[in-house]
Amino acid sequence: MSLFKAESRRLVKRRFTKWLVIGSLVVLAAIAAGVFLTNQKVGPAQVAAAQAEADRDYQQALQQAATDRQQCEAAKGTASAQQWPSDCADMYTPTPDNYDYHGYMPSTFEFAKTFKVMVTTLAAIFALMAFVIGASFVGAEWASGGMMNLLLWRPQRLKVLGTKLVALLTGLAALTAVTLVAWTGFFWLVGKLRGTTTGMTSGAWQSLALTEVRATVLVLAAAALGFGLASLGRHTAMALGVAIGVVVLFQFGLVTVLSLAKVKFAEALLVPYWVAAWMDKSVKLENWDKCNFSSSQGCEPDTLTITWQISGSVLAGIIVLVVGAAMLTMRSRDVT
Amino acid sequence: MSAVLEIAGLQKTYRSRKGVRRALDGFDMVVESGQVHGFLGPNGSGKTTTLRTLLGLITPNGGTMTLLGREVPAALPEVAGKVGAIVESPQFFGPFSAKDTLSLLADAGGVDQRRVFEVLELVGLRDRAKDRVKTYSLGMKQRLAVASALLKNPQLLILDEPANGLDPGGIREMRTLMRNLAESGMTVLLSSHILGEIQLICDSVTIISAGRRVAAGSVADVLARHSSTSVRVRVESDLDMPVAAEALRAAGVQVQLEPDHLMVRNVDKPGLITRALAARDLYVSELAPVTVDLESVFLELTGTAPVDGQNRQVDQSAMSPAQGAWGQ
Repeated sequence: MSLFKAESRRLVKRRFTKWLVIGSLVVLAAIAAGVFLTNQKVGPAQVAAAQAEADRDYQQALQQAATDRQQCEAAKGTASAQQWPSDCADMYTPTPDNYDYHGYMPSTFEFAKTFKVMVTTLAAIFALMAFVIGASFVGAEWASGGMMNLLLWRPQRLKVLGTKLVALLTGLAALTAVTLVAWTGFFWLVGKLRGTTTGMTSGAWQSLALTEVRATVLVLAAAALGFGLASLGRHTAMALGVAIGVVVLFQFGLVTVLSLAKVKFAEALLVPYWVAAWMDKSVKLENWDKCNFSSSQGCEPDTLTITWQISGSVLAGIIVLVVGAAMLTMRSRDVT
Repeated sequence: MSAVLEIAGLQKTYRSRKGVRRALDGFDMVVESGQVHGFLGPNGSGKTTTLRTLLGLITPNGGTMTLLGREVPAALPEVAGKVGAIVESPQFFGPFSAKDTLSLLADAGGVDQRRVFEVLELVGLRDRAKDRVKTYSLGMKQRLAVASALLKNPQLLILDEPANGLDPGGIREMRTLMRNLAESGMTVLLSSHILGEIQLICDSVTIISAGRRVAAGSVADVLARHSSTSVRVRVESDLDMPVAAEALRAAGVQVQLEPDHLMVRNVDKPGLITRALAARDLYVSELAPVTVDLESVFLELTGTAPVDGQNRQVDQSAMSPAQGAWGQ
């Protein structure tokens, strides 16, 4: 317990951790403020104004269509007739459906529909933060010699590394949970003041809670990954180097090459699709190079669905592999 | 007196593309309780490898080690609380203050936080305790390292080059501290290159070269074992020096002719010298026994004495051609 307490204190005391958390919270605050300011409550007045604007545009479009038709009729038999259709009756005539007032409504925040996107946004920002904090938490200790000092005090390598990881995950889980509660509360208020909160049945709340649990797991997985990679290389740069390598090689290089080679579902190598599958429960990839013809639907592409179970299993596999390797090397490698 | 540290036949081999290097080749060491024990050896001789192996940072390839009567590394978690150590240069997380650094170690080791202030006072860092470690000089970091080792109030204190970076006053303070700690019953194992310091404060020494023990025992014993009965002799005129050498050789002693004196070895009775020279009408102007110090013994045993016109490489020391070099 004393080691856990020491490592928790060490995590919180680090200025790098503090600044990274503050930076992430500032980004989230900016997003929250932006959403608050760009949305507004919709009532009968806004509906009436939207309907009036839509009707005004519709009338203008009708007038323009009538003018165009007159010019078309007048041009018949002249040199400018080629600018117009041969049959002026074929010319486009606007309908009221083209000017639906919903398209003229001001932006309003629908909590039930939009908040899950905001949870994913938080998860992505916090995952990035957690990866760097996790890498630095152990990497800086190795680089500064702090880890060696600690091992002189507690010569139990696996216990030391394991306790560090548990302290990191506990701290980040607490931070993510508190932030998610505040995030939910804030956007509930945004819904109340600048939109609507209707549609939040008990089932919707349950689904939202599960999304937030998945968001927390994603953040912790990123932290464990950063921690494991930095631990393997005994330096923060190891984790950051691998992250940059993955982005450059896989996210840009390999996917571009495979796409040019028309390899099916090359985008399945893109991390954001896997994150989206985890957060949104599934992602469907489509291959439009393939035409599966049916008389009712026409050309249909091949599809590949990544479910949250598949995404979660892959994520778990990577974490087990990296953290397991970090533990093995911690046990067997000399501290020189 | 009981041994608090015993090492027998310790071996550590490093393998690389260059070949195999035996950093420790059957090394032995014994440190008795309550002593200040000096651990000497040239660069690359295996001192730090020994200390790291003893403290569980490096896995040995063979041999046995005991600390406070318990076999390590198996029992290291049980004895670690009684062993304070600094290994090589002091290394700390720069952005933390000395107080935070020690406080976190105290938490990790279950030590009372009040001890943090005691050791900061002891090493003279009380007034700079809240400054970040990265603003410290090497000497201050060294003091902090000693403070971290003392934090547990250990029975055995292992210090690797504790005087590195210290100013002369700091070195004297460190010497006094070592002596005081030993008098309070603490055993101190001190690795250092400052041989004068070792000779001043250590009760016993172990000298390592190329991964093997080349000398061990009390400082007085080691000096006595390696002191020769050499005498430096001068006669009134330097021109008479060759004649004097011949006279002494005729008297049956070994003589080495130096530019301004004679070095006479293996003479039990200096009177023999004066008699032999007086018989040839040569009169002695200086007759001085040559005393050995730890430095000369160290240089002799480790084969690291500088030779004019030669640049010694770090792995070149006694026994090194056979055992210590890469590629063997």
